[in-house]
Amino acid sequence: MSEHRIELTVNGHRHSASVEARTTLGEFLREGLGYTGTHLACEHGVCGACTVMVEGKAVRSCLMLAVQADNCAVTTVEGLADADGTLHPVQQAMRDNYGLQCGFCTPGVVITFAALSANGAKPSVAELEAAMSGHICRCTGYQGIRRAIRQIAGVAQPAGEHA
Amino acid sequence: MNASVPFRRMIGERAPRKEDARLLTGRGQYTDDVRMPGLLHCVFVRSPAARGRIVSLNLDAARALPGVQAIYTHEDLSVVPVQFMTYFFTPIASPISLLANGRVACVGDPVAMVIAESRAIAEDAAGLVELEIAEEDPVVTITDAQTGALVHPGTESNCTQEMGAAEIPEAVQAILDKAAHVVTQRIDHQRIAQSPMEARGCVASFDGAEELLIHISCQSPHFVARYVSTVLGVPQEAIRVIAKDVGGAFGLKNMPWREEMAVIVAAKLFKRPLKWIEDRFESLTASSHAREQEITLTAGFDAEGRLLAAHGDCSINNGAWPMGEDCNIAVHMFMWPAYKMPAYSFHTRGWYTNTMGLGGYRGPWALESLIRETLLDKAARQIGIDPIEIRRRNLVTAADQPMTTGFDLTVTDITPYECLEKLLANIDVPAFRKEQAEARKQGRYLGLGITTYIEPTAVAGIMTPLTGETAQIRIEPTGKVSAVLTTHSQGHGTATTMAQVIADRLGVAYEDVTVFEGDSSAGSYSPGAGGSRQGVIGGGASWRAAELLADKVKRIAAHLYNASAETIKIENGMIHIEGAPEMSRSLREVAEIAHGEPFRLPEGMETGLEAQYRYQPPPMTFTSAAHACFVEVDADTGFVKINRWISSEDCGTIINPGIVEGQIAGGLAQAIGQVLLEEMPYDGRGNPLAATFKDYLMPAYTDIPDFEYLHANTPSATIGGMRGVGEGGAIIGPPTLANAISDALAPFGELELALPLSPSRLLAAIEGAEKRETAA
Ligand code: FES
Ligand code: FES
Repeated sequence: MSEHRIELTVNGHRHSASVEARTTLGEFLREGLGYTGTHLACEHGVCGACTVMVEGKAVRSCLMLAVQADNCAVTTVEGLADADGTLHPVQQAMRDNYGLQCGFCTPGVVITFAALSANGAKPSVAELEAAMSGHICRCTGYQGIRRAIRQIAGVAQPAGEHA
Repeated sequence: MNASVPFRRMIGERAPRKEDARLLTGRGQYTDDVRMPGLLHCVFVRSPAARGRIVSLNLDAARALPGVQAIYTHEDLSVVPVQFMTYFFTPIASPISLLANGRVACVGDPVAMVIAESRAIAEDAAGLVELEIAEEDPVVTITDAQTGALVHPGTESNCTQEMGAAEIPEAVQAILDKAAHVVTQRIDHQRIAQSPMEARGCVASFDGAEELLIHISCQSPHFVARYVSTVLGVPQEAIRVIAKDVGGAFGLKNMPWREEMAVIVAAKLFKRPLKWIEDRFESLTASSHAREQEITLTAGFDAEGRLLAAHGDCSINNGAWPMGEDCNIAVHMFMWPAYKMPAYSFHTRGWYTNTMGLGGYRGPWALESLIRETLLDKAARQIGIDPIEIRRRNLVTAADQPMTTGFDLTVTDITPYECLEKLLANIDVPAFRKEQAEARKQGRYLGLGITTYIEPTAVAGIMTPLTGETAQIRIEPTGKVSAVLTTHSQGHGTATTMAQVIADRLGVAYEDVTVFEGDSSAGSYSPGAGGSRQGVIGGGASWRAAELLADKVKRIAAHLYNASAETIKIENGMIHIEGAPEMSRSLREVAEIAHGEPFRLPEGMETGLEAQYRYQPPPMTFTSAAHACFVEVDADTGFVKINRWISSEDCGTIINPGIVEGQIAGGLAQAIGQVLLEEMPYDGRGNPLAATFKDYLMPAYTDIPDFEYLHANTPSATIGGMRGVGEGGAIIGPPTLANAISDALAPFGELELALPLSPSRLLAAIEGAEKRETAA
């Protein structure tokens, strides 16, 4: 199996490594670099659990090869909160609204929403919902995620709904 | 902490989850996140054929691949005897072995196990294994099982278990013969896959003689330790099981099954730590499945729609290697406790087939609610009364209790009737009926489904594995509180709810309580998550242990400050003496004394501040609910849109409404998937046809509506008054949605209930009715 030298930045840290051509970015982040916050749940591009940001865009790390991330800046769920531990607004919205149960799908969901809200963008409920349709969560019935979406978009929760 | 801050009583609060900070920042620790020196990776070679004899298994090419360390077959692993057990610790009757023993009985049957330096190499090697099987015609369906060849040659028949009477008993038949109305309903329930987002996984390491360390994706580390000890004959004290974070389980991960046990045995033989992480293809096709069953229920009613008698006949497709040969007697047991049913008889059978075995899944007996509630709606249509009215006439009310059912179940505090009334007070049924009639004139099909049910939760003390739960709480010298619990979370948020109970009953801040769970080396035995038991039993244990500890603090404080214990209150981590505010002390001060200055304690009192309570609750704690769902079915596409879903659930005392609602919602989403989308079909050759999430349709964000929740809080007889809620949505959800769809499509005649009710099935029903009309 051919090996390739790559260099990339993950959550602001420089890494250089030698990877097999067939290694996916998700597998490389987890196995090669130890960023186990990125989860692989289907490895065929359907569930969204493996989503990471590459150059600011949300991508499925199970469908991208590690060699394709050469010279790229990657953000995983470990890289979202501030250095002092303050949660990213998307993480905070998920926490405030019971947006997770087992937490396995969560890193991917959080990255997708964070990518949409990068650089001060204010995604609409419709945009966030459209993006969420590419994720599977088996636990929550999407209720808390729905409320988190409203919080991120800055719209009021419907009456009778609890935060 | 300032004594003037009002103390936040935590029970009933929407406290933020303690788990979330870790899980949201990528610091969870699921099984595949475990790293260990010397770790090797396992991959299984699986049977591509549903049934046949293994003619040859050539491992040479695979063994030659660099990086491959070992390849094990049945002969290799069988040197370590493993006696598989059911969840109830009864022996499994099928001739199950870790790897296929000469024959394969389903597609996905593990035949060999590759151990290699990386998973990729192990997968490459698995692909080089040459396996030749002399294929035989498989037995795939329940019908095949009744007449086909024996799935396990040497057994007497493919019937795994049979209970009840094949013929309707005369007494019941006589009532049915005289009944004003007799209604029969049949349901063919498809096979589904539990599909937790984290598939199964296991890391096993033998560090020296019988020092077995297992990281496993499971529902209870204590249960796994007990199970492994029993099936492997290893003393329990030599086993430590850790499951810190688990990405969903839903009944599937009750106990280690073939693959996990094979990893454990292989680790013992190969003397290196081994890891196996199931991939999604395996998870869908070769993990235990759930539900496949058929049921027919016949019920007789008097002229007013009152139940007189019923007979149910159920068959379940257990597959080849079920996690317990089962005829699902629980379906019959829980069919009628919520209703006044004078006479019920049943026949129930389980069957072996050449398909993947069945395992547990959220509300394993849920078929009872589905068949009963859909039959009641059908009966209402047939008799010409309102579906709500037929329930009101038959439901057990408070005045009817205590009541003992035909299965000798005593119900003393169920509230399905009250839940229904609460539900009806929050929806406008007459307005909907008007809207429905108007819409029909325009060719739009609206439907309403209303259902009621009860479920047994927190079962303890009547089956071997199902025991009480233990809480061990200590106040550290710092005044902060640590608790070791036997609960376990796969998303249940038990670190949160148990901390809430402890904070509330002990009188400390929620932030100051830390809960530890997920490690069999700490705390005592409990089956963990299973049967919606943790909030009730773990909650009761935490409740009482915290009170015992508060008592000790009060006795110490009374002694120190020369007051009587009755005048002492603990709030916000401060100890207050009634009428003497200047005497208030922090818990920390008392904790330091309790740990470090034993001579200041009351005579004879043991030092430290710890309490433990093992709570043995009543054998069962019933939960009741009523749900309503409003749908619109598009007659041109067969597409179902859920417009509104409202639940009225009585789970007693609520510790955290956010968590309770999350449990209801998660179950309902699975129910919607089950009714509309999910299916694990097999072809005639026994091939599973949904091998990826592209073919196995999981409910997505766009499939699930916003749910509304009404909480009807009747405290149960347990400590704290909680009732279980984990399975409710998955049990009541399917009939609620199915009834709404049947109601919408009533103009086209009775809908046949073969699940899932996919657009094509619904269109066929609509078009079939239209064709019949044109022909007439
Ligand atoms: S793991 Fe990448 S989409 Fe599922
Ligand atoms: S929280 Fe468990 S899968 Fe989403």
